[in-house]
Amino acid sequence: MSLHTDASPGLQAVPAEAESVPDGAQAHFEQLLAEDSRIEPRDWMPEAYRKTLVRQISQHAHSEIIGMQPEANWITRAPSLKRKSILMAKVQDEAGHGLYLYSAAETLGTPREKMTEDLIAGKARYSSIFNYPTLSWADMGAIGWLVDGAAICNQVPLCRASYGPYGRAMVRVCKEESFHQRQGFEILLELANGTGAQRGMAQDAINRWYAPSLMMFGPPDDDSPNSKQSMAWNIKRFSNDELRSRFVGMIVEQVKVLGLTLPDDSIRFNEDKQQWEHGPLDWNEFKEVLAGRGPCNAQRLARRREAHEDGAWVREAAAAYAAKQAAAQKTEVA
Amino acid sequence: MVSGSTTGDDGSKPAGTQTSAEPETAAGAAALGSAWPLWEVFVRSSRGLSHVHAGSLHAPDAQMAVRNARDLYTRRNEGVSLWVVPASAIVASDPDAKGQFFESPQGKDYRHATYYTKSEGVKHL
Repeated sequence: MSLHTDASPGLQAVPAEAESVPDGAQAHFEQLLAEDSRIEPRDWMPEAYRKTLVRQISQHAHSEIIGMQPEANWITRAPSLKRKSILMAKVQDEAGHGLYLYSAAETLGTPREKMTEDLIAGKARYSSIFNYPTLSWADMGAIGWLVDGAAICNQVPLCRASYGPYGRAMVRVCKEESFHQRQGFEILLELANGTGAQRGMAQDAINRWYAPSLMMFGPPDDDSPNSKQSMAWNIKRFSNDELRSRFVGMIVEQVKVLGLTLPDDSIRFNEDKQQWEHGPLDWNEFKEVLAGRGPCNAQRLARRREAHEDGAWVREAAAAYAAKQAAAQKTEVA
Repeated sequence: MVSGSTTGDDGSKPAGTQTSAEPETAAGAAALGSAWPLWEVFVRSSRGLSHVHAGSLHAPDAQMAVRNARDLYTRRNEGVSLWVVPASAIVASDPDAKGQFFESPQGKDYRHATYYTKSEGVKHL
């Protein structure tokens, strides 16, 4: 049974083999984009648009889910009960963000199980940043400040993405991310005002997370073949380099409040281009990590797979219970 | 959270996708042993306001759907009441026919107060 076969015929989804584009559908799609309006799940859309969105949204969801691991790593060792509670709330938020995004991707016709399977089979990508290890408590600070900060820069424009469910999911995500960034900054601020060793720990964390967080914005514009199309479709609103430059401009000021430094002597404001510039980034490293050869790729996937498999009995038990209850209810009615 | 729904507003399948063997009820899902059904979640953010669509989630039954909805959509006091509705129970208007379907109010400006301009300047009207 499909979800809607019982409803009026007009509600049925159009079968996938209907390759022929309905009259005026393409024009209507383009008109909606030209008006900067939104595309909704039941609207006709080009296959390439749908595929791009499924890829982007599911990768984003996977990143949130995998992103729980580097931080969960520190819950038991967080320095106080309050810090533990904060970190747990944050990890819980990451799970929530993953679920909002999976839901948005599902409206494009890709089942949740398919996405989960692709992730644990190692077929799907997720943000390269989560394949770096979290070596000290200060890393919780640096991740919040730099990684979540970069994510916010990237994600705020996505609230206006042309695909309605994606934009709405991002509104919710962004509201919650700002807590993540601030708590991270405060961890660093506290360490920066602590003992010499604590200061050193904070600086070391910044040194290690700076470049990977800049690379979160994706490859440079001249090496980002999909960006142009995504911008034409109003999915992306700014280029990778534009967003990266904006982010550098923010953290170069924020780091002064910490009294620490960024590990990059080349940061400067280019008056002609009206843009912040930074030193060279190691794009080979980026590609290696994306290709699965980062420091923690194998560990992250193994952990995810293990969690999924260990949870199987819970899912089965819940489904069996639901079936039993439903059957009991049926007999009662009959 | 007052607004900002997450998923498809009508809980329906997107156009251009195959509706595969999808269980209609929780019991059906259990029989298949795999996918839990989809639920649409509505949140009342405070007394005096109506429930607003917040997003969707998967759960084996109604009770779990409400619990999951609490954990997923009200982690920050966003709500004082929750509704969960099986996505399969939602009947939606046909987006392709929205032209004709919503045609009736077109050209009927006289249904709005702003249509009546001669009384401009008259107080308390």
